[in-house]
Amino acid sequence: MNAKILFVALLITLMGCKADDFQKLEPRNWQLVWSDEFNGAAGELPDAAKWTYDLGTGQDGWGNQELQSYTNSPNNVSMDGDGNLVLTAIRSGNSFTSARIKTQGLFEQAYGRFEARLKTPYGPGLWPAFWLLGSNIDAVSWPQCGEIDVMELRGQEPNAIAGSIHGPGYSGGNAISKKYALPNNRFDTEFHVFAIEWDENKIDFFVDDFLYQRIERGDVNGEWVYDHPFFMILNVAVGGNYVGFPTALTPFPQKMTIDYVRVYQAVN
Amino acid sequence: MSANTFIRFTQYFLLLALLFPALSCERDEAELQPATYPTDPEVFIDGFSAGLNYAAFGGSVPTAFDVDNEVTYNNSLASMKFEVPDVNDSRGAYAGGAFFTEVGRDLSGYNVLTFWAKATQAANIDVVGFGNDLGASTYQVSITGLAVNTNWKKYYIPLPDPAKLTNERGMFYYSEGPENERGYTFWIDEVKFEKLGTVAHPQHAILFGQDVVETSFVGVSRTISGVSSSFNLPDGSNQTVGISPSYFEFTSSNPSIATVSANGLVSVVGGPGTAVITATIGGNQAAGSLTIESIGNFQRAPVPTRDPSKVISIFSDAYTNVPVNYYNGYWQPWQTTVSNDFSVQGDNVLKYEIFNFVGIEFSSPTVNATGMTHFHMNAFFPDPIAPGRELRVIIVNFGPDGAFGGGDDTRHSTTFTAPTLVSQQWLSINIPFANMPNLGSRSNLAQIILEGGDGSVLYVDNVYFYNNQ
Repeated sequence: MNAKILFVALLITLMGCKADDFQKLEPRNWQLVWSDEFNGAAGELPDAAKWTYDLGTGQDGWGNQELQSYTNSPNNVSMDGDGNLVLTAIRSGNSFTSARIKTQGLFEQAYGRFEARLKTPYGPGLWPAFWLLGSNIDAVSWPQCGEIDVMELRGQEPNAIAGSIHGPGYSGGNAISKKYALPNNRFDTEFHVFAIEWDENKIDFFVDDFLYQRIERGDVNGEWVYDHPFFMILNVAVGGNYVGFPTALTPFPQKMTIDYVRVYQAVN
Repeated sequence: MSANTFIRFTQYFLLLALLFPALSCERDEAELQPATYPTDPEVFIDGFSAGLNYAAFGGSVPTAFDVDNEVTYNNSLASMKFEVPDVNDSRGAYAGGAFFTEVGRDLSGYNVLTFWAKATQAANIDVVGFGNDLGASTYQVSITGLAVNTNWKKYYIPLPDPAKLTNERGMFYYSEGPENERGYTFWIDEVKFEKLGTVAHPQHAILFGQDVVETSFVGVSRTISGVSSSFNLPDGSNQTVGISPSYFEFTSSNPSIATVSANGLVSVVGGPGTAVITATIGGNQAAGSLTIESIGNFQRAPVPTRDPSKVISIFSDAYTNVPVNYYNGYWQPWQTTVSNDFSVQGDNVLKYEIFNFVGIEFSSPTVNATGMTHFHMNAFFPDPIAPGRELRVIIVNFGPDGAFGGGDDTRHSTTFTAPTLVSQQWLSINIPFANMPNLGSRSNLAQIILEGGDGSVLYVDNVYFYNNQ
């Protein structure tokens, strides 16, 4: 019995305290420059001074054969009264509504730390994301404008997210991307913090302050298009090329619950 | 985390790293209590786990199960092979059995039973699960119609409330009959209990998740049916499992009106008044509820007093009934009526719920009522009578051929409306055959059809033909 206890204690030590849990990163000071804590009353739409909407079905399902139609109805996008913004994907028959909000024209920034604390939806065919697009998209179009996906998740893998960048010559299926999976947990049961830290030379991707991907200027097989301001997008897509289609076993409605979005600049 | 300034101090991590082993990695030996029962998670990996037994179910092919060393998951040493028989196999009609232990196991540290399965053809295994100990099987969980095909796939059967499984003997069970009358073979391997953080979002239900309202009386009891649990699996899809009612903690909002037992038996004990029965599993509220609106003491239908020699009884506790095929034919496709007959202190009552129409048939043999003069029944509407509400009583004679159809059937319909129809009182309906001109003969009576329901509830008692001479 004593030997067993010793073994268990040893095991816990090895599992819980492995060196990988702590990373040595260069120190950085961040100054908060923009945030939304989503502390509105239940049913309220997000702050119109901070967020605007993409509505409808876009071109070819927003370029990805997505199924949902985006609305600005409180059924699809509203505060929950508990300090969160909730984006809800709803099935009615064979059609879906959902929401996609963005800071385009309201807040745009180059470099810094962009983070969101959120709980994802789940189920085959669900595709939630927190991402950034270059503000010059209307002038130079995509992917020349650049895209930074802080996180996106396939609902059939609720334990894994991916962080990616899309630019000229490396977009869509050829994006520079890395997956980060929880060994025995899921992103839809608790809140997690997803962040990038971005400067002139690189973009670092974090989950719960764990650095799982660093993309440097030299890693890009094409033009580095990340030296101009970007705006943020939060959305829940249904179906599409990236994720596949929902099945009869996909539970609806599905919610992305966002505690906050914060943006920092580096200070010296 | 500060909302104003986010500063990463490398030295904090060093400090934390030093603190962490001290805080989390030490365990006080006194906290480690020996388990009452073994916690072995393995059921069948490459052979029977410690203490595991197998017994085939009655009527199944006794040799359907065997250990296989040829077809195994991931080239492991052995798997479980199940041979499903063809229809009319002399050895048994299906493959089925239970794997169980003599000494219970403590499974409270796990949340899902997993296994890998494949088959020689695409099929739906009738039932697989655990918690069948060939005895009380108090905490049974099962998946019905498990879809398997010719590829190995991992399957998950979630534990609705692990805390209850501290002494479980039923490790695994299955039952499968022929597919389209033909047998086939399936394999199951790597059967074990696991603790998976990737199984999430439990949702439990009683009464199929519906909020059911029911008028009732003191002395009536019924069980809570339609219980299930659903979980979201690691691939994001939902899996529903059938579970024993014993997993639920049932609550009555008003035990002086209705009580509920641990296994979901609801007994109406008082009234008038209302009690709401709800349920939880492991603190999670189940969808669905049963609202009992007790009228109070049961109003018996008037006890018949006619001479039994002058009565042909279809349904009554006062007389011996003639052979009756059914009191509810569930005639498709238009019938909504379901039967939920009950008994109060020895008085049996027909209860028709979601009543639109219903047929009672007594055609084997048909009834010769030429010696009778009247039809009688008692009816009780527990809910208010809606404007325009009707009750139509149709007596059907099958004619000389004694069978349905054939061009010789006749019937007469008698309509009752308010103010004859009242709620919460027993009505005595008496219809003389003399007032049923469309019936013609009454020598081959075979059906009584009740129509005119609006989806509410109807109680019926003392259905008989009599002679008042």
